Amino acid sequence: MPKTYEEINAKIKAGEAVVVTAEEIIDIVEEEGAAKAAERVDVVTTGTFAPMCSSGAFLNTGHAHPRLKIQKAWLNDVNAYAGLAAVDLYIGATEATEDDPLNRDHPGDFSYGGGHVIEDLVAGKDVRLKAIAYGTDCYPRKKLDTWINIEDLNEAFLCNPRNAYQNYNVAVNVHADRPIYTYMGTLKPEIGNANYCSAGQLSPLLNDPYYRTIGIGTRIFLGGAQGYVFWQGTQHNPTVERLENGVTKAGAGTLSVVGDLKAMDQRWIRGVSFHGYGVSLNVGLGIPIPVLDEDIVRFTAVRDEDIVAPIVDYSRGYPYSEGGPLGHVSYAELKSGEIEIDGRTVETGALSSYPEAQKIAQLLKEQIEAGEFLLGRPVELIPSVESGLTFKGLKERPVEEEVTADG
Amino acid sequence: MAKTRVVFHYPRTLIDVPVVSRIAREYDLDFNILRANITPDAEGLLVLELAGDAAEITRALEWANAQGVSTQALEKDVVRDDDECTQCGVCVTICPTDALRKDPVTQEVLFTPDDCVACELCVPACPPRAMAVAF
Repeated sequence: MPKTYEEINAKIKAGEAVVVTAEEIIDIVEEEGAAKAAERVDVVTTGTFAPMCSSGAFLNTGHAHPRLKIQKAWLNDVNAYAGLAAVDLYIGATEATEDDPLNRDHPGDFSYGGGHVIEDLVAGKDVRLKAIAYGTDCYPRKKLDTWINIEDLNEAFLCNPRNAYQNYNVAVNVHADRPIYTYMGTLKPEIGNANYCSAGQLSPLLNDPYYRTIGIGTRIFLGGAQGYVFWQGTQHNPTVERLENGVTKAGAGTLSVVGDLKAMDQRWIRGVSFHGYGVSLNVGLGIPIPVLDEDIVRFTAVRDEDIVAPIVDYSRGYPYSEGGPLGHVSYAELKSGEIEIDGRTVETGALSSYPEAQKIAQLLKEQIEAGEFLLGRPVELIPSVESGLTFKGLKERPVEEEVTADG
Repeated sequence: MAKTRVVFHYPRTLIDVPVVSRIAREYDLDFNILRANITPDAEGLLVLELAGDAAEITRALEWANAQGVSTQALEKDVVRDDDECTQCGVCVTICPTDALRKDPVTQEVLFTPDDCVACELCVPACPPRAMAVAF
C-alpha cells in the first residue's frame, strides 16, 4: 500500500513514525524484504558533510545613517557581491581574501576566505564590514567601516546553488611528476593517492537516484537548521550513465538549497582551505526520504558495494577534458583505505566526512522521531532522466574585433 | 657526545647523492635511521638520530643544507585540534608515516603522535586546518 506525505506527517506528529537511517535500512530490507520494509518504515534519513564550493549567503545589513547604496563590500577583507539594491550582499564560499597572495607563491595557503566568513557569522563572531559607494541623492554616503554581527542583520540565509552532488570523481595524478594541488586535495605523482568525496550509501541523492521524493519545497537538514530545496542545483545532470540499480556512475544530480543562517550550527558550516587551490565551505546536509512505496525503500537500501565512482586523472584528464575515466571503484573499496589501479595498490583519502554524515543522518532521525521535523512535500520534483537534461560544456565562439576605417 | 634527532627533506634531484654516508664519514657521526621514505623521482623524507661531537653535528647539518637538503630538528610536535578536525581523512595519504590513518570500519581518522615525525605535511593539507605545529 503506497503511503502519502500527509499520512507520514500525521504519524510523525503523533510520535509514531518509524524512522531509520540509510545505513540501518540496508539490513532491514535484506532481512525483511522490500515489501515488508516499505510497510513498516516511514522515513529513511541520509546525510553528508563535505566541501560544497557552490555555496554562499545573502545578508541584509540594514541601512546606515546617512544611507549608502553599497557599490563594493568586504567582510573581513573578503569581497562580497553588492550588485543588489542598497544593503543586500552575497558572500560566496570560494572568494579569497582581497590581499591574499593566492598562487603567486605556489602552492598558496588560502587560510581565509568566504567560507570562513560564513562560519564566523554562524559562530556569532563580529565581522568587519567595509564598503564603498559612489553616492546618490537618496544614498549620499560613500564609505562605511563597521563591525557587524549575525544577530543584528535583518536576514542572513545560506543560499547554495549547487550542493549534495549525486556521486563524484575519485581524483588521481597520473601525468604530473610533482604533487598537484586541486579542489580534491593534494594528489601525489605516479598515482600516489586517490581522493574521493561522497558519503556513498548515506549520501542523499544516491538514496533517491531518480529524485522521486526530492524537489522544490523538500525540507532538509542544512547546517544544523531546517532548510529547503528550492531548485535543481547548477550542473544538474540526471542523464549520466547508470547501473541497473539506478546508481549514477558519475557526478549527476545536484540541489539548490536555502536555509536560515541564524539558526545554523558552526559544527556543520565550516570554512575550509585547499592548499594551492583556494577556499570553500563544508556543509552538513541531510534529506529525509519518505518511504512512499516499495521501489523507494529498495533504492534507500543501496550499499557502498553497489555504488561505483569514476577514477579521473586531475593532471590532464580533468583540466584539459582529455580521455574518459581510468576505471570505476566502489565506495566499499574506497572506504577500505586502498584501491587497485592498473594492478597497483593506491591509498585512498576522503574529503567527505563519513563519521559526520552518520551523525547528521542520526540527528535527523531523532528530530523526526521527536516530531520536530516534518516532511516537506515538494510542489514540483527536480528533473529526472526523462527530462533529457544534460550538463553541457561551454561552446566558445571567437569574438572578432570590429575593424574600423582608421584602424 | 651529543645526540639529536633530525628530519631530512630531500628534493627529487638529491635522491642519488649518498648524503648520510658522507655525514657519517666526514663528520665522524653515528647515525640511526628512525624512519625513511625515499622513492626514485619523488621527494624523500628521512628521520635520523645523529650522535657525535656537537660542533660536528652542526657542521654536518650545514653541509647537508648546502647540498639542498632541508633539515629540521625534531623538537617540534604536530598536534591535532580535535574540535577543528572534521574526520574527513584527506590527510591520511599525505602522512608519510602511519601517524594519521583511518579506521577502515568506523572511518574515523586516528592520530598517533608517537608515530609522527613532525614533517608538517599534514598542516597545510588539512582543509579545516586542524593540524598545527607546537613548539
